[in-house]
Amino acid sequence: MNTVINETENHFFSNKKKGVDVKGKFIIGITQIAVLLIIAVLFIILGIIIYEGREKFSWEFISSFPTNGMTEGGIFPALIGTFILVIVMSIAAVPFGTITAIYLTEYAKENSKIAAAVRFSIRTLAVVPSIIFGLFGLGFFIQFVGGGIDKTFNAGQLHWGQPNILWASLTMALLTLPVIIVSVEEALKTIPRELREASLALGATKWQTIKNVVLPGSISGIMTGTILAVSRGAGEVAPILFTGAAYYLATLPESLSDQFMNLGYHIYIMSTQSSDVEKTMPIQFATTLVLLILTLSLNLVAVIIRSRIRRRAK
Amino acid sequence: MNSEFPNKQNFTKESLKKQFRLSEFLAEKIISSVAFLSIAIIVLIFVFVFKESLPIFNFGTSEKAKTEMEAAPDSGAKPESYGSEPTEELKPETYGSEPVANEELKPETYGSEPVTNEDLKPETYGSEPVTNEDLKPETYGDVKAEPTVAASSDEMKEVVGSNNEGADKTWSTFFTTEWVPVSEHPRFGLIALLIGTLKVTIIAMLIAGPIAILAAIYTSCFASKRAKEIIKPIIEMLAAFPSVVIGFFALMVLATFFQDVFGYESRLNAFIGGVAMALAAIPIIYTISEDALSAIPKTFTEASLALGASKWQTAFFVILPAATPGIFAALLLGVGRVFGETMIALMATGNAALLSANPFESVRTFAATIGSEMAETVFGETHYSVLFFIGSLLFIFSFALNAVAEFYVKGKLIKKFQGK
Repeated sequence: MNTVINETENHFFSNKKKGVDVKGKFIIGITQIAVLLIIAVLFIILGIIIYEGREKFSWEFISSFPTNGMTEGGIFPALIGTFILVIVMSIAAVPFGTITAIYLTEYAKENSKIAAAVRFSIRTLAVVPSIIFGLFGLGFFIQFVGGGIDKTFNAGQLHWGQPNILWASLTMALLTLPVIIVSVEEALKTIPRELREASLALGATKWQTIKNVVLPGSISGIMTGTILAVSRGAGEVAPILFTGAAYYLATLPESLSDQFMNLGYHIYIMSTQSSDVEKTMPIQFATTLVLLILTLSLNLVAVIIRSRIRRRAK
Repeated sequence: MNSEFPNKQNFTKESLKKQFRLSEFLAEKIISSVAFLSIAIIVLIFVFVFKESLPIFNFGTSEKAKTEMEAAPDSGAKPESYGSEPTEELKPETYGSEPVANEELKPETYGSEPVTNEDLKPETYGSEPVTNEDLKPETYGDVKAEPTVAASSDEMKEVVGSNNEGADKTWSTFFTTEWVPVSEHPRFGLIALLIGTLKVTIIAMLIAGPIAILAAIYTSCFASKRAKEIIKPIIEMLAAFPSVVIGFFALMVLATFFQDVFGYESRLNAFIGGVAMALAAIPIIYTISEDALSAIPKTFTEASLALGASKWQTAFFVILPAATPGIFAALLLGVGRVFGETMIALMATGNAALLSANPFESVRTFAATIGSEMAETVFGETHYSVLFFIGSLLFIFSFALNAVAEFYVKGKLIKKFQGK
C-alpha cells in the first residue's frame, strides 16, 4: 500500500507545484529536527554523566562505605539499601499487581462499571505525583499503621511508628503497581484463546485454567512488569524522602524496621546539602552513573522481553 | 476479552451453577477483592493526605468555606463545629475594638486579594485554563461565599479576633504573598508558591509541548518503518531516566551552561527548572501523542492523499486535527507530571518563594515545598498540616487532570470514529 502512495505522490510533485515540495521538505525537516534534538539531548546527558563519572567509577567505589563525612569513599550502603528497597517492594507489589491484572483480563465482564473503576484507579495511581505517595506513606503507613502497631503491641514505644525500610518499600510498591499491572495485562492478552478453550473443553475449571495454562504462559509478562517496576523504584526519591531514607548510616540495615541509604537520595543530598559540593563532584557523578546504569540496563532487559512477547502475539 | 466468546462465559457459569466448587468460588472472590483494593488505595490516599491537613480548617471559620468548596461535606456539619470553635470565646474580649478593626482589616486583606489575583490572571489564563479553574474556588470561593453565609459577620469577628491576637494560625496568612513557614509569625502565602509552580509548568510545557508533538508527528507520519523502530525506543528510554538524575544534570551542567549563555544573576531559577522538567515531560507527551496519531484510521490518510494532498498536508491538516483529543490528553498528562515533579524542582529551581514574573529568578514549587520542609516539621503543627493541605491540592489537581484526559478524550474519539 505504501508504495502506491509514494508513487502517486512523486508523480504529483514531479508534474506540478514544485514550490509545495520545498515547503513540505521544510516542514518535515522541522519535525525531523525535533526528533534529533530529543535524541541529541539524551545522548548528551548520558555522555556527560559517563565522562564525569568514569574516573571515580570502580569496583572499590561500589563496594566501600562512605568515609570522612561522606566526602570520600564509596556508595556500598546506598546500593544495598536500594536493593533491599526494591526487593521488599517487589514482594509486595508483584502478587498484588498480577492478581489485579488477572481480574481485569479473566474475571471482569465487559462494560462492568467496577472493572472500569478499577482501571480508572490504576491510571490515576500512575499519574499521582510521587511526592503524594510520600505523604501517604507518612500519614497512613507510619502514623496510622505503624503508630497503631506500637500502641497495641509495644505499649506506645516508638518502634514501627517511624520511617523505616518496610514503610518506604510499601509506599514504593503503591507507586510501581500500575507498571506491573499494565505489563502483566498485556502479557495475559497474548495467550491465545484456543489454549484457554482447549483447557476448558477438557473439563478444567476457570481457576484451573488460569493457574495451569494462562499464568505459566504469561511468566515473561510478569517478569517484564517486575523489572520495569524495580527500575522505577530504584530511581524514585520523592516517596522515600520522609518514609525511610537516611542521610548517612555507619552500618547496613539489619531489620525491616531500620532506616536505609538509597542511591537517588544519596545523589540528592550530596549535590544539595554536602559540606563540600565541589570536592565531592566526582562522587556525585559516579553515583549518578551507577544509578543510571542500573535503571537503564533493567529497562533494556524489559524492552527486549517485551518485544519478544509482542512478536509472539503476532 | 470475555465478550468475544460469549459461549465460554455461559459454559463456565452454567457449570458453576450445576456443581458448586469452593476453590473456584474462593479464587474468584479473592481475585476480585484484591483488584478492588486499587480503588480503595485511591480513596485512602485522598483520605489520609486530606485528613492530616484538616487541623488548619479549624482556625478560621472561612476556612470551612474552603473545605466545602473542595470536599463538599454536608452543611449540617457546620453548626456543630461552630459550637466548639475556640475563637468564639475570644469574641467578648475583642468586641470593643471590633467594628473599627473589622472595617480596617477588611480592605486590607481583601483589597490585596483581587490585586494578586489579577496579577495572576494574565499569566495563567494564557495557556492553562485548567489550573485557573482549580485556582478559583480556592481564592475567590472564600470571598464570594462569605457574604452569602448567614453567619458571615460572626465569621468576620472571629477572624478579626484571631488576627488581633496575632495567632499564627489564621486563614489570612494564606493570602499573604510570603511563604515564611518558620518564624515567630509564620506566613503561609500559597500564592507565592502557586506562581512559582505555574511559572515552571508554563516554561516546561512551552518547551516540551511543541518538541514532543513535532517529534511524534515525524515518527508516526513521515519516518520509515525502520527509523520508527529505532526512534521510539530511544525517546522512550528518556522516560527511564530517574528524575533525580535529570535534576542532578540540570543542577550541575545545565545551570552553569545557561548562566554562561544568558548571563542572568541567580544560577538556579524557574527557567532551568522548566528546561529540566521539559526533559521529564517530553517522553510522556511524545508517547501518548504518537499513539494518538498512529490510531487514526488509514482511510483518513488514503482519502487525503487520493485527493491530491501531499504527505505533509495530510499530516498537518488531516491526521493532526483528527488526533487533537489524544494530543490534548498527552499535554494534560504532561502538565500533571511537571506540576507534581518533586526532585527536579528541589534541585534545579533555587527554592526561593519570590513573587515575580521574571523567568530567570528562583522559584519554589508546591511539590518542592513539601519535599524540602516535611522532614523539618513537627507532627500536628500548622506547618505540617499546611504541607499536607498542599499535598491534597496536588492530588485533587492530578486526579482532575487524569479524569478530564480520560473521559473527555474517550468521548471525543468515540464520537469521531464511530458516531459519524
